Amino acid sequence: MSKTKSVAADVDIVPKGTDEDWVYTQTIKEHFFSPQNLITDASKMKDYDGLGMVGSPACGDMMKVWIRVDKKADKIKEMKWQTFGCGSAISATSMLSVMVSEKGGMQIEDALKIKPQDITARLGGLPTRKIHCSVLGDKALLSAINNYFLKSKQKDRVIKESKRMIDKIAKVTDHDIEEAVLEGAHDLAAVQKKTKAGIGNPSVIPEIEQLIRFYTEKYFG
Amino acid sequence: MPNNIYLDYASTTPTDPEVVKAMQPYWNDVYGNPSSLYSMGQKSKKALIAARSAIADTFSCQPEEIIFTGGGTESINLAIKGLFQYQKEPRHMITSAIEHHAVIDSAESITRQGHAVSILPVDEDGLVNLKDLETAIKDNTLLVSIMLANNEVGTIQDIRAIGNFIEKLNKKRVAKDLPKIFFHTDACQAAGALDLDVQKLHVDMMTINGSKIYGPKGIGVLYKKRDVPLTALVSGGGQERNLRSGTENVPGIIGLAKALELAEKNKKKENARLSKMRDWLIEQILQIPKTRLNGHPTKRLANNINISILDIEGEATLLYLDEIGVQASTGSACTSESLEPSHVIRALGRPYEAAHGSIRFTLGKHTTQKDLKYLVSKLPDIVEHLRKASPVDVDMDTLDKSIKTFPREITEL
Repeated sequence: MSKTKSVAADVDIVPKGTDEDWVYTQTIKEHFFSPQNLITDASKMKDYDGLGMVGSPACGDMMKVWIRVDKKADKIKEMKWQTFGCGSAISATSMLSVMVSEKGGMQIEDALKIKPQDITARLGGLPTRKIHCSVLGDKALLSAINNYFLKSKQKDRVIKESKRMIDKIAKVTDHDIEEAVLEGAHDLAAVQKKTKAGIGNPSVIPEIEQLIRFYTEKYFG
Repeated sequence: MPNNIYLDYASTTPTDPEVVKAMQPYWNDVYGNPSSLYSMGQKSKKALIAARSAIADTFSCQPEEIIFTGGGTESINLAIKGLFQYQKEPRHMITSAIEHHAVIDSAESITRQGHAVSILPVDEDGLVNLKDLETAIKDNTLLVSIMLANNEVGTIQDIRAIGNFIEKLNKKRVAKDLPKIFFHTDACQAAGALDLDVQKLHVDMMTINGSKIYGPKGIGVLYKKRDVPLTALVSGGGQERNLRSGTENVPGIIGLAKALELAEKNKKKENARLSKMRDWLIEQILQIPKTRLNGHPTKRLANNINISILDIEGEATLLYLDEIGVQASTGSACTSESLEPSHVIRALGRPYEAAHGSIRFTLGKHTTQKDLKYLVSKLPDIVEHLRKASPVDVDMDTLDKSIKTFPREITEL
């Protein structure tokens, strides 16, 4: 589809039941309407060095990331991606691909340090409730880098997650739940608002609730 | 490029200029409080009485059975919480899985007072099964609340049959010394499209509001049959037969009455015009591969189109539509507070991925065939573009199978 001309007004979406003024910044809109490094035909992505994936259509967001690596310099040369998700999910992945490939590429070491907050900052901000759910790009990238480590026989460099995976579908760890509790989410609904844990995978809800109680008591008990 | 194609009439409607005109005198000329004795107050009161009578005529009820409130949500809250607050013993309510949040959240709130609530499932088109209702009824059931037409998917319930069933059952219950069951219907989406005669519908309470029928926002009606005992939720000066205190919103009430009058007058013609456009648009959108209609194919509001477009996410589609000047809505989680996709689409048995990809277009009196043609000329490209960017490829057979095998059980809140 040809690029549509942007209308002057900001897109204004106010989620039901909140007073949040939810305006997508111009940067987000630019990345949404003209995504960078997007791959529209995945079958053509053959000579990549690492492939990573996160999320599921059931949770409303899913990302697939391919990387090409300059092995000598240990730099990411290129990141291609596909995203199923809302406007901020698409924009955030696009922005991440720019961040790791601009200025001749990013050192793998630095790429592993990218946090959702860094992507959000480059986008000019996102409502907090959107950050945890739609900025999954860093997790997809980590998974692609690990895949590269494995494929290039650098097993010792694989980032072993010290965190424990709670919801495999939403890729939510115990650490994510701890962080959500610290940010003020003290029940399942509130934690789900921040992390989507258990939404597409209700069988893990009892475990999530147990962790919420544990962390709530630990920090606020 | 036409840049303002509003296809979200189920969300709210523009106020009809005739309604605005009817309200006009009541802002600055006849602004008296209807409770005041002097002539300007009495003028307001007279207008209020006339509006109440006109609405009562449309409903085939008595004027004193009309309660004006601050909107549909308030009417529903009053019908449910007001009825249960009056009770001293724990009682039981039955509602459906596809009700508006005003009903579901009010139902949830009465459980905190010790009352019980059963939620009826719906079939894959959104219809409540009378047999399920029969199963759910308990000796202490006090209220059944089922919406006349659904706001998201447009499915029209057979409220007459449900009302008839409850009426007959009540006769048997009286003989057995069991308490009467009251029947409320949320008719906010149905107003202007369906018959609102409460005698024919066999309902004891019914909710409508102004903002869905080209009337003002912030004004609603609760029809309440004389024998329904309610406790007021808003106390004060005792207006609306002590059930809704506060100085009457005279301009709003006049506007609502006018809007209802116009809606009734145009109903037949508008239904015919819109249903033709609806069927055309459904047919066109379903030509896009991997799409499924949500809601009943025929028992559906004349203005409602709700379709799941698989492999893409609804909010992203809406952003593209907004960019070409089309305003619609989605059941995707991204526009909800809870990050849970639409409970209505889910209750039909659609899996999460179908709910995330659902798009609702609701037509109204300014909608033209030209608007829809424009939409149809753009939508397939938007879908194709987003699908190319998406790593998801839902298997449609699996999807259809999961709809068939979706558990449809009565659940307890």
